[in-house]
Amino acid sequence: MGHIEPNLSRRHFVVAGLSAAGGLMLGVSFPNLASAMPLSQAPWSNDAVAANEINAWILIEPDETITIRIPHAEMGQGAGTANPMLVAEELECDWAKIKGEFASPNRNVRENNVYKDQNTVGSRGVATSWQYLQQAGASARARLVQAAANQWKVPAAECVAENGAVLHKASNRRLTYGKLAPDAAKITLDKEPAIKTPDQFKLVGKPLARLDTPVKVNGAAKFGIDTRIEGMTYAAIISCPVVGGTVASVDESPIAGKRGIIKVVKLENAVAVVADNTWRAQEALNALKITWNYGAGASSDTAQMKKFYRDGLNEQLVDVRKDGDAAGVLAQAGKVIEATYEVPHLPHVPMEPLNATVKLSADRVDVWMGTQSALSTLQQAAEVSGLKPEQCFIHNAYLGGGFGRRSRNDEMRQAILVAKDVGRPVKLTWDRPQDMRGDRYRPQAAARFKAALAPDGTIAALETRFAVGSINRSIGRPLENGMEGQAHDGLSNQGYKIPNLHVAGILKNTHLPVNFWRSVGGSQNCFFFESFIDELAYAAGKDPIAFRRAMLDRKDFLTVLDKLEEVSNWKQKLPPGRGRGVAITFNHGSVAGHVAEVTVDNQNRIRVDRVFVAVDCYNVVNPKIIEAQMESGALYGLTAALYGEITVKEGQIQELNFDTQRNVQMSEAPRIEVHITPTGGTTQNGAPKWGGIGECGTAPIAPALTNAIFAATGKRVRELPLKNVKLAEIASL
Amino acid sequence: MAVTLKVNGQTHTLDIEPEMPLLWALRDELQLTGTKFGCGIAQCGACTVHVGGVAMRSCSVPVGAAAGKDIVTIEGLASADGKLHPVQAAWVAEDVPQCGYCQSGQIMAAVALLKEKPNPTDEDINTITNICRCGTYVRIRKAIHRAATTRT
Repeated sequence: MGHIEPNLSRRHFVVAGLSAAGGLMLGVSFPNLASAMPLSQAPWSNDAVAANEINAWILIEPDETITIRIPHAEMGQGAGTANPMLVAEELECDWAKIKGEFASPNRNVRENNVYKDQNTVGSRGVATSWQYLQQAGASARARLVQAAANQWKVPAAECVAENGAVLHKASNRRLTYGKLAPDAAKITLDKEPAIKTPDQFKLVGKPLARLDTPVKVNGAAKFGIDTRIEGMTYAAIISCPVVGGTVASVDESPIAGKRGIIKVVKLENAVAVVADNTWRAQEALNALKITWNYGAGASSDTAQMKKFYRDGLNEQLVDVRKDGDAAGVLAQAGKVIEATYEVPHLPHVPMEPLNATVKLSADRVDVWMGTQSALSTLQQAAEVSGLKPEQCFIHNAYLGGGFGRRSRNDEMRQAILVAKDVGRPVKLTWDRPQDMRGDRYRPQAAARFKAALAPDGTIAALETRFAVGSINRSIGRPLENGMEGQAHDGLSNQGYKIPNLHVAGILKNTHLPVNFWRSVGGSQNCFFFESFIDELAYAAGKDPIAFRRAMLDRKDFLTVLDKLEEVSNWKQKLPPGRGRGVAITFNHGSVAGHVAEVTVDNQNRIRVDRVFVAVDCYNVVNPKIIEAQMESGALYGLTAALYGEITVKEGQIQELNFDTQRNVQMSEAPRIEVHITPTGGTTQNGAPKWGGIGECGTAPIAPALTNAIFAATGKRVRELPLKNVKLAEIASL
Repeated sequence: MAVTLKVNGQTHTLDIEPEMPLLWALRDELQLTGTKFGCGIAQCGACTVHVGGVAMRSCSVPVGAAAGKDIVTIEGLASADGKLHPVQAAWVAEDVPQCGYCQSGQIMAAVALLKEKPNPTDEDINTITNICRCGTYVRIRKAIHRAATTRT
C-alpha cells in the first residue's frame, strides 16, 4: 500500500524548560495504591505537555518506560490494549515496558485535534484509528533512529530500531530509546515514514494480555463514580418520571434537620439533593415531596407505542433501496410469504450507573467521569459552564460499561448545573432507577416482509417495510431525505444476492429519547431479517445454511458460514426438543455469525445450551480481545432477546432496576465457542481492511436463538423479548 | 452515633447512622471504592463483600448489623506483601475483566464459593447470581475452576 501522509511533523512538541522529571503525572493522587501497572488506577493523562515526549502520543523515560497515549475510552472493549499495540508495533519497543494513559481532551482542543475525534462509538476504536496510531509510532521510531544517527555521525539508513534501542551494526554501537528520547524530540523529519502493512506485523495479531487487567482485579481501577476530590459534595438526582415534563414544586419539609444535607437544587426537569455522603443524598431525595408537570408524554403507554410502529408500516414510506422490480414479481408470484416482526425500546444498563464529578471555578472546569465521546463532552462542558473549550478539562476514567449510553453526557450537564448552584465541587451519582428512567433507549421498531421464491429455491423478490424511532431526530442531527443510515443497517446492506429487492421505511418518534445501542440498527434489523431468511429457507424446503450459501458470493460471509457449519456439527441431528439456529450479519464493518443450540422442554422453557460464533473482521489486532468481545456481544444480546424491554404506563418507564429488568446470570449463560476467521484484504483505496469488533457480535444472537427455537419446536417467534412470548399459543409450522 | 467497623483487619470508629448501608460507609466514609454500587436492592452483586466470612451484598447490610464483625473487601484480599489471592491470580490468568466494574463483587463471590466448595462443579458455580453486563461469565467460570486447582 502507498505512503500515508498524516502530516504528523507539526505534532511534536519540544518543551524547553519544563522541569517535570517524567513518570505518570496524575491530576489526582491516590496515595495508598501502587501504580506500577501498565494502565494506572487513575488512567487519564496529564493535560500539560510533558518532557521526554517524542510526540503527543509517546513519552519515553530515562528508565526506558514508554507511555503511549490512548485516544479512545476503555469500557471493556479493549481499546486500552489494542490502541497501544498499534503504536508499539511501529515503535519497535519492548511491550513489557509499555504503559498506557488516556489522551487529554483538553490538549486535543489546544493542539489542533492531535488526538483526532476521540469518539469511542461505532466500533471504531481500531477501524478508523489504526492509521494515525501506526503513524505516531513510526514517526517516533524514525526520530529516534535519526537522533542516534546524528550522534554517531552515520547515515540514518545504516541504523535500525529493534526492541527499544537503535543499533548501528557496522560499528556495533547501540543506544536505548531512553537515552535518545530528548534528542529525538527535537528532530523534525523531512518526510514521515511509511507505516507497516499487516503482513509485516510482529506484535499486532498476538493474543497479548490486556493492560487493564491488573487494576481490575484488586479494586484499584478508578471509575468515574470512584472520584474523590477535595471539598467534594455528593449529589443524588431524580428527573421527571415522564420525559419532557418539568418540576412544578418541591416540598422540602420532610428533610428539615436531616443530617448532612447541604442543599436541594431544582433544575428545569429534575431535582437534586446535595449532601455530605451519597446515601444521605439518596435518602433525602426519596423523602422529598416533588410535584411534576408531566406534560404531553403522560398520555402514552406501551400498547399505544406498539400500534404506533405497526401502523407506520402502512404509511407513506421512504425508499432506501430498490433493485429490480420486487412489487412486480410479488404481484405475479404464485405464493407470497409474509411476516411481521416487532421489538420494544431497550435500556442500556451499564453496570456503573451514570455519574460525573465537577469542580467549577471562574476560569476553569474539571470533570471526572467515564465518557465515550470526550471531545463532545468537553464542548458540552464549555456550553453549560459558559467557559471556553480550552478552559474545560475532562479526566476520562475507566467506564463501567458504555454500550452507547455514555456518549451523550446528560449526567455531566446536570452535575455542572448543580455545582454552579451549590458553589462547591459535586459528585453527582444516578441511582439505578434514575439510570433506567434517564436512559436514551434503543428505538422501538416493527418490520414487515413479503417474499417470493424462485423455482431453484432462492429468493426471487423481497419487499421490506420498516418503522423505527429516529436517533438523529432524537439527538438533534439532521435526516437525509427523511431517513438515516442506522435505521436500515441490517436490512439494506446484507450479503445475499436478491434480484428484486425493495427496502422502504419510516422514522417515527415517541416522547422517549432514543440513542445508539450496541450494534445499533443491527440490534433489531438482524433479528427481523435473519428470522425471515430462516422462514424462507423452511418455505423453500432447504437447510438454513445451504439456503443462505446459495445466495452468497462474498468471501467474508461464506468463510463465516462455512466455519459455523463445521464447528457446530450443523449436519448432526439433535434429539427431540433441541434445535440449532443460524444467523449471520454484516455489522459495523465485520461479518459475524452465530449458531445457537437450544433446548425447549415440555413446559416450553427455553435453555440456550451453546453458542458458536464466527467472525471476520479482516485483520486482527488482538485475538484474545476479539474472543472476549464476541462472548460479550452474544450475552449482551441474549439478555435483550430474553428479557429486554422498556414498558410505559402513563408515560412513565416501568422497569427501574434489575428486579424488573432482568439480566442473564451465570446459570443461564451458555457455553460460547469463538472462531476468528480473518480474510484480510484491502479497501478500494488500497488500505488494509479493519472491521469493528465491539458491536457485530450482539446482532446475530436473537435470530440465531429464535431460529433454533423454530428448529426445536416448529414455532416461529416474531416478537421480543422472549419472556413475553407464550410458545404454547404459537401454532407449529 | 459511633459505629465500629473492622475492615480488612483495621478497626475504624465512625460517627454515622447505624442504618447507613455498609456499601456507603465503605465507599464514602472509608474511601474503599473497590466495592461498587450497582442497584441498591441486593440484585446485582457489584457491592459483594465478606461479613463474618459470608459473602453479602453490602448495599443492603446496615452498618449497625456489620459492626464488630470481620469485614473483608476487595482491597483486603491480597496478602500484605501485595501477593494476589489465588482467585485474583486466576482472574489475571484468564484475563476475565472487560469493563471491570462488577469484578470486585464477582471475585468476592467466587472466593466465598471456593471456601464452601473447594472443587466446585459447574452447577455450584451457577449459584453465583452476580450480574455482569459485559458478559464475562464464560471466563469467570474458567477462572473459578482454575483457582480451584491452583490454590493450596
